[in-house]
Amino acid sequence: MSTPQSQASLSALADRWLPKLVLSPTLLISLVFVYGFIAWTGWLSLTESRLLPQMDFAGLIQYQALFENDRWWTAVANLGIFGGLFIGCTLAVGLFLAVLLDQKIRSEGTLRTIYLYPMALSFIVTGTAWKWMLNPDMGLQKVINDWGFPDFTFDWLVDPDKAIYTVVIAGVWQSSGFVMALFLAGLRGIDDSIIKAAQVDGASLPVIYWRIIIPSLRPVFFSVLLILSHIAIKSFDLVMALTGGGPGTASDVPAIFMYQFAFTRGQLGLGAASAMMMLMTIVAVLVPLMYMETRSAKRG
Amino acid sequence: MAKHLTPGRIVLYAALVLMAIYYLLPLYVMLSTSVKTLDDIRSGNLIALPQSITLDAWSKAWSSACTGVECGGMKGFFWNSVKMAVPSVLISTLIGAVNGYVVSMWRFRGSDVLFTLLLVGCFIPFQVVLLPMARLLGELGIANTTSGLILVHVIYGLAFTTLFFRNFFVTIPDELVKAARIDGAGFWTIFLRILLPISGPIFMVCVIWQFTQIWNDFLFGVVFASGESQPITVALNNLVNTSTGVKEYNVDMAAAIIAALPTLFVYMVAGRYFVRGLTAGAVKG
Repeated sequence: MSTPQSQASLSALADRWLPKLVLSPTLLISLVFVYGFIAWTGWLSLTESRLLPQMDFAGLIQYQALFENDRWWTAVANLGIFGGLFIGCTLAVGLFLAVLLDQKIRSEGTLRTIYLYPMALSFIVTGTAWKWMLNPDMGLQKVINDWGFPDFTFDWLVDPDKAIYTVVIAGVWQSSGFVMALFLAGLRGIDDSIIKAAQVDGASLPVIYWRIIIPSLRPVFFSVLLILSHIAIKSFDLVMALTGGGPGTASDVPAIFMYQFAFTRGQLGLGAASAMMMLMTIVAVLVPLMYMETRSAKRG
Repeated sequence: MAKHLTPGRIVLYAALVLMAIYYLLPLYVMLSTSVKTLDDIRSGNLIALPQSITLDAWSKAWSSACTGVECGGMKGFFWNSVKMAVPSVLISTLIGAVNGYVVSMWRFRGSDVLFTLLLVGCFIPFQVVLLPMARLLGELGIANTTSGLILVHVIYGLAFTTLFFRNFFVTIPDELVKAARIDGAGFWTIFLRILLPISGPIFMVCVIWQFTQIWNDFLFGVVFASGESQPITVALNNLVNTSTGVKEYNVDMAAAIIAALPTLFVYMVAGRYFVRGLTAGAVKG
């Protein structure tokens, strides 16, 4: 039997080292699988790798090839269109729904359940459902035609100029309920006394929302922007399921570009370069947003 | 409590109901299409009620529809996803719980920095790790296997699960742990006897979040699995985009619902925790 004292010092020793020991596997994993792998991909993007990885430094040739590739610029332009519209519309619809639901509604729970369920679905399921609904021969177009508007056409899904907008439609459907939930939580967190005071001063409901409530949702706006831009830049599944990047390459986005060049076309270096560009885009969007958020949090 | 139905309230309710229809329409279309016959689909329209209800498309989707070369339906891929999701969720959640415990209750010099380093894993676009990961899985001999996918999901789920538990444990008063330490409780005793019993809700949140993420994943599935080891999202995409033969929209829709059922079920049964998981993952993630 050891003395109580030595037992205590032994357990104190264990308590000093155990936390570090317990955390170390995860740290090692993220060092290798996050940082190490990013470095690996970064290096790969600086080589001449095609079908097989080659580790000899070749400078920026892959980036040069990437920037001379028309398909890449189509993908980037599509990301711009999709990202802008998706984020804008999802924000607007989500905020609109949250404000409506905030008016002491009967059966609010049911409505919330309905608005939010698409978030439980995978983008592949969402894409499959909307692909069917937007099908120009048998989908919504036919419904409207049958209703007595035989000239109505809605063939964006197969129109190279419009296909990317169908991705926006499906994306907004999928994500706006979630944004609604975030805004609703934010609205419920606002101190009632401020609103009461404004009401006493004779401000109307729209004015109260516009001047007082929505500005105080600033932190929620930041989180929502953060998440939505993240979803937009990574978006891959939805486009794959809905348009497959087509017609042709008309609705290509960087995530699909990367997948195809790296895995089906045997252009590892170019794929790696496009992946690095995606990473840089996320960093360029997230870092300023988070900086602004932490600054405003400190001030507030 | 009941307000009078002013014109404003009527407009409000009309807007809410319209939006509800917009959200429900795809679900209705999927369900009704899945029980129609192909003739019914061609002669009727998207939102017309089925002429008669048949479950043929469902049984075909489950057991004999073709996803590329294979014609065994979604059955096998459904179980692949179960076999992939259950262990990945459990392992990543348990490790996340212990990690969260360390970074919130046992801070040491530099632990905040390490935690921030870890969090970066939540933000990276996974495209940036696909190539080396594919290489590594190949070297380990687990490319195109469910074990390979489990490994990938555990690794890239750890940042999220750690974050969840950390955010939960920091809300627990320090005094609780300090008092336990004075009473002689060690690292594991505190975790097992004091924190675990009160961690039920956060376990729910974390499990639901991880389950939906992993079940719904497509990118890792399509890159790291092929043929018989594919998860259900990949199989569904193959089924829908197989261009040979007559397009069977009813089978597509039945397959899509089958792929969606587990997460929809979780949403219906544990909706409260689902929302909490989403928002918790969202606020910081």
